[in-house]
Amino acid sequence: MMNRPEHPIQTKDSALLRAGTFTSNRGLQIEEGLIFETGRPEVTGVDLDEPAPFQSRLGGLEREAPIGLPGLSEPETVRHYVRLSQKNYSIDTGLFPLGSCTMKHNPRLNEAMARLPGFADIHPLQPQSTVQGALELIGELGRWLMEMTGTAAVAMSPKAGAHGEACGMMAIKAAIAAKGEGATRRIVLVPESAHGTNPASASLIGFEVRPIPAKADGAVDFEQLTARLGPEVAAIMLTNPNTCGLFERQVVEIAEAVHAAGAFLYCDGANFNAIVGKTRPGDLGVDAMHINLHKTFSTPHGGGGPGAGPVVLSERLAPFAPVPFLRADGEELRLVEHTSEAPQSFGRIAAFHGQMGMFVRALSYMASHGAGGLRQASEDAVLNANYIRASLSDLMSQPFGDQPCMHEVLFDDAWLKTTGVMTLDFAKAMIDEGYHPMTIYFPLVAHGAMLIEPTESESKASLDLFIATLRDLALAALGGDAERFIGAPFDAPRRRLDETRAARNPILKWTPPAPR
Amino acid sequence: MRYLPLTPDDRIDMLARIGAPDVESLFASIPENKRLAQNLDLPKRKTEIEVQRLLSKMAAKNVVAGSAPFFVGAGAYRHHIPASVDHLIQRSEFMTSYTPYQPEIAQGTLQAIFEFQTQVAALTAMDVANASMYDGSTATIEAVLMAHRITKRHKAVLSGGLHPHYAEVVRTISRMTGDDVASLPPDVLARENLADLIDADASCVVVQNPDVFGNLRDVSGLSAMCRAKGALLIVVFTEAVSLGLVKSPGEMGADIAVGEGQSFGNSLNFGGPYVGLFAARSKYLRQMPGRLCGETIDADGRRGFVLTLATREQHIKREKATSNICTNSGLCCLAFSIHLTLLGEAGLKRLARINHANAVDLANRLSCVSGVEVLNNTFFNEFTIRVRGDADDVIERLAAQGVLGGVPASRLSPGQGLDDLIIIASSELNTDEDRATLASALQGVL
Repeated sequence: MMNRPEHPIQTKDSALLRAGTFTSNRGLQIEEGLIFETGRPEVTGVDLDEPAPFQSRLGGLEREAPIGLPGLSEPETVRHYVRLSQKNYSIDTGLFPLGSCTMKHNPRLNEAMARLPGFADIHPLQPQSTVQGALELIGELGRWLMEMTGTAAVAMSPKAGAHGEACGMMAIKAAIAAKGEGATRRIVLVPESAHGTNPASASLIGFEVRPIPAKADGAVDFEQLTARLGPEVAAIMLTNPNTCGLFERQVVEIAEAVHAAGAFLYCDGANFNAIVGKTRPGDLGVDAMHINLHKTFSTPHGGGGPGAGPVVLSERLAPFAPVPFLRADGEELRLVEHTSEAPQSFGRIAAFHGQMGMFVRALSYMASHGAGGLRQASEDAVLNANYIRASLSDLMSQPFGDQPCMHEVLFDDAWLKTTGVMTLDFAKAMIDEGYHPMTIYFPLVAHGAMLIEPTESESKASLDLFIATLRDLALAALGGDAERFIGAPFDAPRRRLDETRAARNPILKWTPPAPR
Repeated sequence: MRYLPLTPDDRIDMLARIGAPDVESLFASIPENKRLAQNLDLPKRKTEIEVQRLLSKMAAKNVVAGSAPFFVGAGAYRHHIPASVDHLIQRSEFMTSYTPYQPEIAQGTLQAIFEFQTQVAALTAMDVANASMYDGSTATIEAVLMAHRITKRHKAVLSGGLHPHYAEVVRTISRMTGDDVASLPPDVLARENLADLIDADASCVVVQNPDVFGNLRDVSGLSAMCRAKGALLIVVFTEAVSLGLVKSPGEMGADIAVGEGQSFGNSLNFGGPYVGLFAARSKYLRQMPGRLCGETIDADGRRGFVLTLATREQHIKREKATSNICTNSGLCCLAFSIHLTLLGEAGLKRLARINHANAVDLANRLSCVSGVEVLNNTFFNEFTIRVRGDADDVIERLAAQGVLGGVPASRLSPGQGLDDLIIIASSELNTDEDRATLASALQGVL
C-alpha cells in the first residue's frame, strides 16, 4: 500500500547520519549507477556469430537510427544486478508482515519443478498431442482448487487477482445477459473496506459501482446491504475474510439475500489463506471467487509479479466460463480454444492458456502439503496472527475492539494520537529494526491503519522477536521519543524519498545529460 | 510438514498467551455448520522426493521444444536465454520481495524497473513506458481502452493481421463495456484497406507489425490517416526481437505501442507467465494503465526511485482508475531487462540479423519443396506457407516424426478458410540441420 508523506521530508542531516565516504558506499551497501551510465552501445555480454551475407526480406523497413541501448559484459551485468538486489528487503531476508499480501515462504522445490524442460520449454501452440502432461497438470490443479472451494468449474486463464476479478464478473455479466436482464442489472455493490481492484474491475467491464458501509464491528452492514438489493443489482463483491482480518459471520445470510434478489455473490479470494481446509466458499453460497496463487499457494511475488488468478465458478456460472478450458476426449485431454465450440462462453481474456509456470509451482506446493498440511497451514497462519494480536493489544489500539482475528490483525493509530508519531513514521522506524513494515493506511475504514499478516511461515522465536521489537517501538513512541520515528529510516539504502517531487516533475526514464 | 516451523508445544504456549482453549475456537466466526469436520478429499502430504516424481512424470509426457527441430511461433518465441539471466532473477531479494511500496528498502526493484522503462521506451522509440502489463494481449486491450478515454470515442478498428487471440480479447472486453469493434478478416497477404473504416466514431486502429502471418507493415501512411481523422494508432508487436532490425512503432508514428516481451529472458512456459510492454507518447501519460517508476531524491539528497503518478491507479482511484491492474509481471520484466542489458545495442542487432537470416534461409529451402508455397513478400523471422492438403494434419504428421513444424493458421482462426496455411518461425536456435530436416520432412508428408 502506498505511503502518505504526512511530514515534509526532512533534508537536514540527522546526527545519526554517518560521515560520508569517498565512494559514498557504506560497507556492504554499494552505490550503483544506471546501466545507461555504465554501459556502452558496442559492448555485449552475449557472443553471437554474424550471419553470412544474405538477401534481406525486410522490404525496406530496416531500422536505421540508433536505438539507444547500452550493453554490459557478463561480469558487469552480474555485478550490477547483484548490487541492486542487495538494496531490497525480501521474505528470505526476514519477516514480511504485509497485511493482505500473504508473504509466505517460497519453497525452492517449486522453482525447480517449474524449470523442468517438460514445463518451461514447451510452446502454447504445439500440437496438443505433444503436451498431454501439461494439460494433465492444469486439470489436476483445477481439481484441487474446485475441491478446496466446493465449486463446479474453474477458469484457469486469469493472470493475476484483478484479472480474475474481471473474469468472474464477466461470467456474472454473461449469466445476467442470458436471463435477459442485461439492460437492468447494472449495479455492483462493493464494501468500503474492499481492495481497490474490486471497484476498478467491476467498473472496467461496464458495471456501476456503489459502496456499502461497514458496521462498528468491521463487518459488512447487512441491513444496508439488503436495503440496496433490487432488480438493478447484478452482484456484490465480498472479501471474506475481509480486509480487517475478520470473517464475515453473516456470509450465508448475505448469500441467501443476494440470490433471493436475483443477484450473484462474488468473493475476493485474496485472504483464502485463512480458511483453506476449514470451510469451502462454495458451501457458503459464493458464485465466483478468484484465487491468488501468488498469495495462498506461495508462487513468488517477484517484486510485483507475475501472479495467477484462477477463478472458481458455481454451477450456475460454469457454462459462461471463458475459453480456453479442458475437455476429456477419450483418452486425450483437449483444450477448447474457441467460443465456436462453447456458445455460452463469454469469450477470451488473454492469449494462450494461463500462467503455466505458476500452475506448476502451486501444484508442487499443494501436493507437498496434502489435505492435512493445507489445513494446518491455515490454522498456523491464524494462530500466528492472533498471537501477535494478544501480545500487542495492551499497547496498540484496534478499530473494532479486541476480538479474535483470522490470518491478519488490524490496528489503527488512535493509540499514537498524543505522541506526534504517525502510522507512516512507525512503519519507517520498523525498517531501522530490520523489518519490512506492515500494510499501512489500508483498509481505509480504519484511521491510520496498520495491517499485520505474519503467515504460517514464521517460527515462534521469530514472532517473539518481532513482538518484542514492536513493543519497544510502541513504548518509545508513547514515551515521547518521537526522534526515533520522524526521520526514520536512518539505516536503509535510502532515507525517505520525496514522492511529491517525483509526481510533480515525472522523470520516468533516463535521458542523456546535455552536452556541455 | 517441512514448511511449517511451529511445534505442537509452540502451539499450546501460543494458545495460552491468546487465552483460547484450542485453535478451533479462533475459527468460531465461521458458521459451525459450514466448518469442515474432516480433511478435504485430497491426497496426503508428499515428500520432496515424491513431488519430484509426480511432476517429473507429467513433464516427461510433453515433447520438449529443445528436443526437436522447432519452428513454432505465432505470439511466443523460443530464443536463447543467457545462463546468468535465470540465476539473477532467482536472487532471493528479487524473487521473494513484494511490489516496491516501501521505496527505502526496495531500491533494487525500483531501479530495475526504471531501467526497464527506459529500455522499452528506446526499443519502441516512444516517449514513456510503464512497469509492465500481464502480456501482449492484455496490453492491447488496455491500449484500446486508453484510446477510448483519450478520444472519447468508442470504436476500435482491428487489422486482420492482429494475432487472433489478441483480437478475441479486445472483442470480449468490448462486448462487456458496450464499445464497438470493427474486425477485418484474416489478412494473410497484408493487402487490407483500413482507411475506409476510420470514421468519426473510431478511437483507434490496431495494427500488428510484424503481423501474425509474419508480414512487415509500413504503417507510416496509416499514422497520418489516423491523425487526420482524430483516431490513435496502436502498433502491436509479438516478437520483440524484431525491433532490433525492423523500423519501430515510434518511428512509424504510433501513438501507443504495446507488445509481448517474452522473447527476451523468458522461457516459453506453455504460454505464461510473460511480460506485456506498454509505451505511449508523453502527452497521454496520465491516461496510461499500470505502475510507473520515477526518479526523485531522498532526505539526504541522494538519487532514488519511487512508484509515482499513482492517482491513476486502482488503490487510490478505485472505480475511476485507468485500469484494474495491480500485480503485473515484475520478475518477467526483470528477466527481459537483464537479457537486453547483456545483449546491448550491438548484440540485439546481431541477434535480430541472425533471426532474419535463418528465416530467409528456411523460406528459400521451403520454396523448393513441391506442394509448398511461401506466401510472404516480406518478413522478419516468421512467415506463412500454403501446403497441399490440410495444415493441421501436416503438423500432426510432422510431430509424429519428431518435428515441431509451426502453427496451423486454422488453430488460431478456425472456419475462416485458412485450412492449408502454416505459420512458421525460425530463430537463432535453429541449426542448418534443423531447417534441412523440416524441408525434407515436409516433402515426405505432402
